[in-house]
Formats: sequence, C-alpha cells, structure tokens
Amino acid sequence: MARMTLKERYHHMTRLGWQPTYQPMEKVYPQATYEGIKVRNWDDWEDPFRMTMEAYWKYQGEKERKLYAIMDSFAQNNGHLNLSDARYVNALKLFLQGVTPLEYQAHRGFARQARQFPGEGASVACHMQSLDELRHTQTQIHTLSHYNKYFDGFHDFTRWHDRVWYLSVPKSFFDDASTAGPFEFIVSVGFSFEFVLTNLLFVPFMSGAAYNGDMSTVTFGFSAQSDESRHMTLGLQAVKFMLEQHEDNVPIVQQWIDKWLWRGYRVLSLVAAMQDYMLPESPMSWKEAWEIYFEENGGALFQDLERYGIRMPDYAPICAAEKDHLSHQVWGILYNHTAAAAFHTWVPDERKMDWLSAKYPDTFDKYYRPRLEYWRELEQKGERYYSQTLPLICQTCQIPMGFTEVANGDPMQVAYRSTEYNGDRYHFCSDPCQAIFEREPEKFVHAWLPPQQIFQGNCGGASLEDVLKWYNIQPGDNLDYAGSPDEQRWLEWKGLAAAREAAE
Amino acid sequence: MSTAFIALQDVDEARPLVEAAEKDNDGLQLEHHPAMVRMVRDKEIVIRRETVEEITGRDWEPQDIHLVLISVGGNIDEGDDYFRVYWNN
Repeated sequence: MARMTLKERYHHMTRLGWQPTYQPMEKVYPQATYEGIKVRNWDDWEDPFRMTMEAYWKYQGEKERKLYAIMDSFAQNNGHLNLSDARYVNALKLFLQGVTPLEYQAHRGFARQARQFPGEGASVACHMQSLDELRHTQTQIHTLSHYNKYFDGFHDFTRWHDRVWYLSVPKSFFDDASTAGPFEFIVSVGFSFEFVLTNLLFVPFMSGAAYNGDMSTVTFGFSAQSDESRHMTLGLQAVKFMLEQHEDNVPIVQQWIDKWLWRGYRVLSLVAAMQDYMLPESPMSWKEAWEIYFEENGGALFQDLERYGIRMPDYAPICAAEKDHLSHQVWGILYNHTAAAAFHTWVPDERKMDWLSAKYPDTFDKYYRPRLEYWRELEQKGERYYSQTLPLICQTCQIPMGFTEVANGDPMQVAYRSTEYNGDRYHFCSDPCQAIFEREPEKFVHAWLPPQQIFQGNCGGASLEDVLKWYNIQPGDNLDYAGSPDEQRWLEWKGLAAAREAAE
Repeated sequence: MSTAFIALQDVDEARPLVEAAEKDNDGLQLEHHPAMVRMVRDKEIVIRRETVEEITGRDWEPQDIHLVLISVGGNIDEGDDYFRVYWNN
C-alpha cells in the first residue's frame, strides 16, 4: 500500500468530529456565535503545519529528552557559577513570576477554546497548544528550580503573581483575555501575542541568556519557542480564517487586533527593561528587537492582511516614538519601587551606561543618564531612593504612571488621561489604554488595582511591612542588588568577597 | 519589501538545513546570534527535502525541522518534500 502524503495524513487524523443529533449545535457549542463572528464552513480551516497527534508526540518527546539532559548537566556542573554576573538572575526571577504563570493560563485558555470551537481542525490545533503551554510551565519551573536553591526571589512565584503590584500587569492582561469569548481569545493570545509579539520576548531574551552563560534557560527558551512557531501559525491561521469566512468579521477582528496589540505591547515594556538593564551582556537592545520583530516583520504581516481590509493599528506611531524611551522609563519605575518587589534593581555601571548611550544615541545621554547618575550620587551618600508612596496606576494596563508624552513631542511630561464613568473617575497612561477602557467600561471597572486594594485594607495592612508580609516577600528578595544576600553569596562563590573587603 | 525569516538553533542538526537553504535560495542572508542562526530573504525561503538529503546522505522529513526551529517570519507552507515560509505581498 502506498504511503499517505502529509496532507492525507493530516485530514485522516484531524477530521474526527461528528454532527450531534441528541442536542442542537448551538447547545453543544454555546460560545460559538455570541461575539458576532460568522463562519460559513469550518472545513475551510487548515493547519499549515499539518501536525497530527502521532507526529506531535514524537517531536515533543524528542524535545523533552534533549532539554532534560541539558538541565541535568547544568545542575551537575553548577552552571549558575558560570553566569556573567548574579544581576542577570533577576531577569529569570521576573520571567518565573511574570511569564510562567501566563503559560499556565494559556494552557487553560486553549483547552477551553478547543472545547468551544465547532471546527475539528481548530479544535485539534488548540488542544496541541494547550499541551504545549503546560509543557512550557513545567519545563520553566523545573529549569528555574535550580536557581531557587542559590538565589532569592524564586520561592513563592505563584503567590506573587496573584498579589504583587507589578505582576498585576501580566496577570490582568491574561485575565482580560481569559474572560473574552473564544474568537477574541485566539486573536489576543494566538495572533497578537504569539504571532506579533512573542518573538520579542523569547528570541532576544534567550539569545541574551546564551550571551550571559545561562545554558539551561537558552534551552528551555528555544524548546518552548519551537512550539511557538506552531502557535504563531495557529494565530495567523485563525485570523485569516475569520477574515475569509465573512466580510462582517473584518471590523470585529480589527478592533480586537487594535486592543490586543496595545495590551501586549504594554506588558512587554517589562521585557524592554529586562532586556536593556537586567542582562549584564546584551546581544541586542530593545529598540533593535522592536525594529526587527515588530516594524519589519509586523509590517510585512500587515501588508499581507491589507487584502482583507485589515490595517496596522492607528497608534503604531506612538510605539515608534516610544522605542527610544520605553526600557529607560520602565527601569525607572522598577528602580523606585524595588522595596516592594521580589527582585533587585540597580544603577547600571559606566560600561553598561556607555552601551545604552551607543544603542540610544538620541535619548539616553539627554534624558536618562543624568537621572541614573543622580540616583547613584544619592546611593553613594547612603540615601538610596525608594518611593514611599503608592503610585497612581493605569486602569487598563495597570502600569504606574511613568510613560511620557513622547509621541506629542514632550518626553519630560508624564502622560495622564482620565475619563468619567458612572460618576467615578478612571485614570490611564495613554490614549490607547483609555480607548480600550471606553469600549468595554463594564469590564475594566472591575480591575483589581493593587494600590487601591492596599488602601482599602485588602492586602494585609497599611504599612509596607504589612503588605510585604501579605505578599510573602522576605528580607533579601527585595531592595537594591548592592548589599543583597544574592550579591554577598555571589562574591563569596567567585572568591571576590575578600578582595572587596580589602579594597573597602 | 517584506522580509521572510527562519530562525534555527545553532546546533549540529540545523547545519545541513542552513546549507540546503543557502543552495536553494539566491540572496539568502545569514545572521549569527548567540545560540541562534537567522536566515533572512526577501519574500520567501524554502528548505527542500532532496537538498538536505543530498547533503547528509540520510532521510529527512520536513517536519523534523520542529526539533531545531526557533521562529519564522511569514506564512507557512509545508509538504512532503519542502518547508516554505513566504509573504503574499
């Protein structure tokens, strides 16, 4: 018997559904229509990778074997001692606290959509992605558990994700997606995040891990990313499918793309700071990564989608203007509020500042270097600055007000927007965050905003000490890197502690 | 101009794929990053089974690319004999 082709295998192995007869379709798939997306024929759905379960297990099993061999070897060889610097580990803390729980949310979300989509092709692809996301959660926790033995800031990441202020940024992003219908969910996570933005998270960051001697993170990152290329394809396929099925779908999809690219972009501002400031050795700046993966690659994508009547979001010029500022502004926010964070911040050394100045010739020396030098001066006087007040945060993205009017030509003025709804005033960091709120105010008035929750007495008490206790952030998890137990241990392991004491 | 790309892990298994892509795609550019090699070309990049098998002297399934694939920029088209990334514009 002749061997089946890939296309034939795909059809035999994925078209496994049937027409229900005991119950009407709309009862079996109750979420398939309420968002207004019209589907003429689910059989038009095709996965360009034509992945079947049988091939899926084979490839995933092979990837796991490779990854676990490297993780074992990393642990056996005390791989953490070969890092460029212990400051680097803070990027991993932020990753485990902020990103890994999102992988788990994605696992749950895709399992739900796999159940809700009436089309078998879409359902099978969502099932595979759901399994992938669970795999990512597990491999990230396993890999980073090695660091938990030697560094602070890893020990209670799930609690932190649910409670701590800066983690409400990624958490609220996913809560928003998870409470949307199946089609919006797939545009938010599958298309906007996976197709357009995920390269910005994984590719430069993992290449950065390699640059900083972190073999185990490189491996889980790239192992996850090889699944991502399948996820990106699912996201793009889902969007093209909706656009091809009915012209009435176009404005709905456009509105979702506008919303979710901005939501994702704001979440990734944490990655911008991580990439430019936390990696001691950086292979690429945030701005360079943005230019390659958003402007060049996203630009080509939107040209492809033009034929369907889809355009680049109107706020793209804001992102273009902000690329010279984003990482510096977010690092400033994190630096100010490190007393209540489960990672360390610091003023970069001269070498790093020179690198930032070379990568950001138009902005770093002019706006951000003087501020960092001022903070360093305060530190040298023993007055390291920690903000003593709770910040005003954006109702939509939940980032403290710290972005400036860059796109309106005034980079020194913090951007504030506000609107009134049902007699209450709501605050935003930007025009797009305000527009997102105004489209769905009933959704966003329910946002769990950390400062408000603290003031309402829902977070253990009114003092910083009370809140840290409620967070379970322990001494050593927070504050500046200088003087931290992480730093002390690192200097001892590397034989630098005695030399430093002698110098002092 | 729409730039298609394929990023692969910089490992032994990926080298014949890069070599095959260089043979079959005129003007292909290679960018070397830590742990990663990124292949870039205007509009389209294709990796052909036949070329890879000629280089390695072994069987190769286009789906095997999943073991070393990091990311792609473009639409994907995969068949029994090729793996292709392309833009429609």
